[in-house]
Amino acid sequence: MKKSHRRLLFVLVLLGATAGAVALVTAALQDNLAFFITPSEILALEELPERNLRIGGVVEEGSVQRIGEGITVAFRVTDGAASVDVQYEGILPDLFREGQGVVAQGRLSAEGTFQANTVLAKHDETYMAPEAAEAMARAKQQVQEAQQGDY
Amino acid sequence: MLVELGHFALVLALVLILLQGSLPVIGALRGRDSWMAMAGPLVWLQFALLLLAWLVLEWAFVSHDFSVLYVAMHSSLDLPLQYRISAAWGGHEGSMLLWVLTLSAWSVAVARFGRHLPLPFFALSLGVMGWVSAGLLGFTLFTSNPFERLLPAPLDGSDLNPLLQDPGMIFHPPLLYMGYVGFAVTFAFAIAALIQGRLAPEWARWCRPWAVTSWAFLTLGIALGSWWAYYELGWGGWWFWDPVENASLMPWLTGTALIHSLSVSDKRGGFRIWTLMLAIITFALTILGAFLVRSGVITSVHAFATDPSRGSFILALLAITLIGSLALYAWRAPKVGLGPSFAPLSRESMLLVNNVLLVVACATVLLGTLYPLALDVLGMAKLSVGPPYFELVFTPIMLPLLLLMGIGPMLRWGKHEGAMLWRSVWWMALVAVVLGLLWPLSMGGWGWLRALTLVLAAWIILSVASDIISRLRRGLSLPAARLGMHLAHLGVGVFVAAVAMVMSFEIEQDLRMAPGQSVEVAGYQFHFNALRRVDGPNYIAQQGSFMVTHNGRTLTELLPEKRIYDQSEMPMTQAALHRGLMRDLYVSLGEPLSLDSDEWIVRIYYKPYMTWMWAGCLLMALGGLIAIADRRYRRRREALA
Repeated sequence: MKKSHRRLLFVLVLLGATAGAVALVTAALQDNLAFFITPSEILALEELPERNLRIGGVVEEGSVQRIGEGITVAFRVTDGAASVDVQYEGILPDLFREGQGVVAQGRLSAEGTFQANTVLAKHDETYMAPEAAEAMARAKQQVQEAQQGDY
Repeated sequence: MLVELGHFALVLALVLILLQGSLPVIGALRGRDSWMAMAGPLVWLQFALLLLAWLVLEWAFVSHDFSVLYVAMHSSLDLPLQYRISAAWGGHEGSMLLWVLTLSAWSVAVARFGRHLPLPFFALSLGVMGWVSAGLLGFTLFTSNPFERLLPAPLDGSDLNPLLQDPGMIFHPPLLYMGYVGFAVTFAFAIAALIQGRLAPEWARWCRPWAVTSWAFLTLGIALGSWWAYYELGWGGWWFWDPVENASLMPWLTGTALIHSLSVSDKRGGFRIWTLMLAIITFALTILGAFLVRSGVITSVHAFATDPSRGSFILALLAITLIGSLALYAWRAPKVGLGPSFAPLSRESMLLVNNVLLVVACATVLLGTLYPLALDVLGMAKLSVGPPYFELVFTPIMLPLLLLMGIGPMLRWGKHEGAMLWRSVWWMALVAVVLGLLWPLSMGGWGWLRALTLVLAAWIILSVASDIISRLRRGLSLPAARLGMHLAHLGVGVFVAAVAMVMSFEIEQDLRMAPGQSVEVAGYQFHFNALRRVDGPNYIAQQGSFMVTHNGRTLTELLPEKRIYDQSEMPMTQAALHRGLMRDLYVSLGEPLSLDSDEWIVRIYYKPYMTWMWAGCLLMALGGLIAIADRRYRRRREALA
């Protein structure tokens, strides 16, 4: 093959692969993104989002309970201003505790309960998941803004 | 006092490294032999100093010197000796020092085994490695000094993270760093060649052993990390597409592309500009990995506590690496020239497609990893990309790669006759299809994707076997490089079969169980005997006893534990496994249902072919290590000695 042909082949292969990859990536990204949202923002929603969400906050004290005969567990996640009911079927992470930061990923059901398929807690004693901290900070900011509005 | 000595050794090493990065380089540019010759001794000296610093840090851990902040944070009086030793790399500061030390060890290896290289190239390469060392050691000294004091010293330390108190964790970081850091050598060789503005005909041959060794260690390091996550994190997964895992996978993908592209550059003199690019990219990805892990931008088991100055420092290093080397590349690479031409059906064309696929795969992983970060930084949205994205994108890119892997090694350089190829592969294709289509039935479930994947796995394994057999039968020799390649490819085949099997046929059950109860999973009976208290050296555990029987025969007793560590009061799940050639049985204790009942949530897994997965990774690494023993790489040295 001549040099120019070879370069053309290379460019074609590269373009084809890139185009294929881009198509794949866009399709895959569309379905598999989970948007971060805080409990206050969930309560403020007007319609039910049809996609994966990720909520952060703190597990409300005294809210953790087992449901029924299975292994479903329910708890409330709060950002200090509002809280959301979360249900999860499975084993909670070792460092999941009341009063501690948590991140849950899943979908919001029509009744307003968050059905989690993943629950993440921090992985050592001194570390707070950035998303849990972010939820608390956002809620605090909203409360402050609201107070300023009152004056 | 000793600790200050360690700190001082680091400072002195930095001075020597700065000399290593300047004198030999100036010598090479000005043509002064005596300056160039200083590269070797400087490297040995800085290695000796770094090793001294490392031993001091180890001593601080072994002797419980809690006046050192890093020791107080990562050790305790009750921590067993082997974990005190490994705790030295269990945190950010110490693991940085290990990284720098490993880089120094690689520099020494280049100084020792690279004596056959032309002096200017040798001096420039070690000079470039000096720049890399300077960046990383500067980072360690100025933002993450492991010798920082904590006064007054606490009576006891706050203990090593329980997750890291495990044999897998003793070996995972050193092996991973061996691989990660090794790509600095090929980077240095590439930059040295670009500075010189010409690529010696032997350049690729000089690079190959270094690239393959790094790749083999990186493979082992990643596999060991996965092996650890599998049983230690307590939820039985082996790959999570966690950003930090991706950080190690990306240089592995481009590193794999690099060792293949190097073979074309070596044997045919082709792909040379591209090979230089891959060497640069692979190294840049290792620095990007450091940024992802150490800057605190991501949430992960691996992420170290955050400090913004660290992130900025590494980002600056990454920027300098990329801008500097790409500018040099743009300026000099056009001088390198193209290699000989080849036909559409040839070894080269297969390796070309191999490279394109691997790089595209790496790009998709990079996108999935950085996309959330980029949106967050831009303040547009806070989101996360989950494993389904990666699985969906990665699979279709990898499948064609597996198909080509069975053909590529059979083809000739330059041009291969289509008819001849067909004659040697048709029976293989037939057997692979039959085997692959029937294979899932052995597990009692058929599906398109799993069958296709298994056909490809069988195809690769058959291709390796047929080449070895036909060579032996024709009385041809089997050089180490070819044997190594075959073993590595065989490893891929075995690994892929394992992935298909685990993902299709694993059974995961979370259920309530109290002592005295039994459950059957995948034909195995698990009887929950009893729960007892066990006292470990630095923890108290609740230990469950599960008797496992199969077809009425008792197989084993599994003893999963739920531990609470004394110092940190941190709970940890210790899974219990029964490993077998065809399947693993996995039991772990979740949590007690309530304080007053003895019912627990128990996790019972059946994982087919897991042993194949680890065996596949071992074969890949072993193949790499055998390949570098090839006489081609040594004869060169003897001839010049």
